[in-house]
Amino acid sequence: MKTRDAVIEVENLCVVFGDHVVLDQFSLNLYAGENLVVLGKSGSGKSVLIKCIIGLLRPDAGRIRVLGQNILDLDVHALDQVRAQVGFLFQSNALYDSMTVRENLEFPLRRHWLQVTQKEVDQMVYEVLESVGLEDTTHMMPAELSGGMRKRIALARTLILKPAIILYDEPTTGLDTITALEIIELIKQVQLRYRTSALVISHDMKLAQTAAERIAVLIDGKCYATGTYAELKASTDPNLRAYFD
Amino acid sequence: MLRPKKNLLLSEIGDFTRFVVRFFREAVRPRYEMQELIHQCFVIGYKSFSLVGLTAFIMGLVLTMQLRPSMVHYGVEAEIPAMVGIAIIREIGPVITALIFAGKIGSSIGAELGSMRVTEQIDAMEVSGTNPFKYLVVTRTLAATFMLPVLVVLADGIALYGSFLGVNIYEVLNFRLFYTQVIDNLAYYDVLPAFAKTFFFGFAVGIVGCYKGYYSTKGTEGVGRSANSAVVMSSVLIFILDLLAVQITELIWHTR
Ligand SMILES: Nc1ncnc2c1ncn2[C@@H]1O[C@H](COP(=O)(O)OP(=O)(O)OP(=O)(O)O)[C@@H](O)[C@H]1O
Ligand SMILES: [Mg+2]
Repeated sequence: MKTRDAVIEVENLCVVFGDHVVLDQFSLNLYAGENLVVLGKSGSGKSVLIKCIIGLLRPDAGRIRVLGQNILDLDVHALDQVRAQVGFLFQSNALYDSMTVRENLEFPLRRHWLQVTQKEVDQMVYEVLESVGLEDTTHMMPAELSGGMRKRIALARTLILKPAIILYDEPTTGLDTITALEIIELIKQVQLRYRTSALVISHDMKLAQTAAERIAVLIDGKCYATGTYAELKASTDPNLRAYFD
Repeated sequence: MLRPKKNLLLSEIGDFTRFVVRFFREAVRPRYEMQELIHQCFVIGYKSFSLVGLTAFIMGLVLTMQLRPSMVHYGVEAEIPAMVGIAIIREIGPVITALIFAGKIGSSIGAELGSMRVTEQIDAMEVSGTNPFKYLVVTRTLAATFMLPVLVVLADGIALYGSFLGVNIYEVLNFRLFYTQVIDNLAYYDVLPAFAKTFFFGFAVGIVGCYKGYYSTKGTEGVGRSANSAVVMSSVLIFILDLLAVQITELIWHTR
């Protein structure tokens, strides 16, 4: 076992919808500073997993600790404080349609009751837009942006609170290969620049190969295997081979 | 697999009731979203004003023209203002305005929240330190509750003006005289219950729109269905509430 601190600890997580068992005794740790990619095929419960981690879904059993806090026991106020340190990039971006890019970016700042002056806000908005390379879009509406741009703005919005952890829900799905590569590059840059730990949910092998320091494979609701890309690729297990061939 | 079929209507009523209870619980607890509430009042009022005004005007005009032959037949055409006044203030103003409101605002709330649900915007709000129920549902429902009465008062005024023009097609009647006849014939039990029920109509439109949108199912088809069923359900509710209102009014004032 490594001696690095775990920022997210998921233990024996179970999630059941009706009689459909989505997660079954799922356990996984995310260590400080690492990029961890969770692979799983569509419908395997990847989104359910990270929605549990951020407290959007309540699991039927199990324990989740985020930055040392047991999030299943927290009240709304304490949960918000944890959430302010965790960025979440949604699968569908979740940009607010009725707001401009700038208002989208300011929303989390204003809502988390942060004491910031307008000047600081302007500075922060500029900084995150610069990190994603879209400085001149502040007055545009989300509907006017392309898919890749929307993904970048959504990433900028999660960055604006300088989170310690970022959860990415399929950041490259629905993008063309070139844009997907740009996003992967961006994820790596963000990790270097903001020193975040990242949990990336995906079924994109390219992403796993280039951005992951460690990979976990989600099969049948369990954490089936973990390891580096090279380790898993060398495995002879037929369930894993299905991903790597 | 055989399972007892769930009663859809009953479970819908149960879910809706739970939603309404949650509304009241969340509405009284602080943090109050005043800024968003004021913004929504403005948006809702602004969006529906011209449509409500236009329909009210036509309604007043047409009602007067349709009534006229019968009134002339019985030789009571002088009573037209009084009669139209009662009809508009007590029933037609509130109900028609509420129905237009349901079509315009109920559907737009349903579609807006529905698309926010399916594109995860509601989840995004929740992780951004915002209670989406307060921020979206409470503000929109309260705005609809407060704005419909205002719109109904405006609509009543415009409809009466339409009616005045309708009378003037056939005879010359002084505007002042017309209004005096309308007002003199109205008792407080004509005006008060009619005004009071518009709050309930507005509440019904707002809460149903939010309910349908908030629990919208995945996919753009789900959004369309939310908007559509919001209008149907709130229109039916308006008629049911109207029926209740007239019963209660009779009980209190014995207007029969
Ligand atoms: N709120 C819910 N109610 C009932 N079932 C749900 C709910 N959310 C998810 N599920 C079910 O859980 C399973 C996993 O869903 P999830 O969204 O986590 O998949 P995913 O791994 O993210 O897939 P994708 O790659 O397509 O996003 C699916 O079978 C889905 O039908
Ligand atoms: Mg998913």
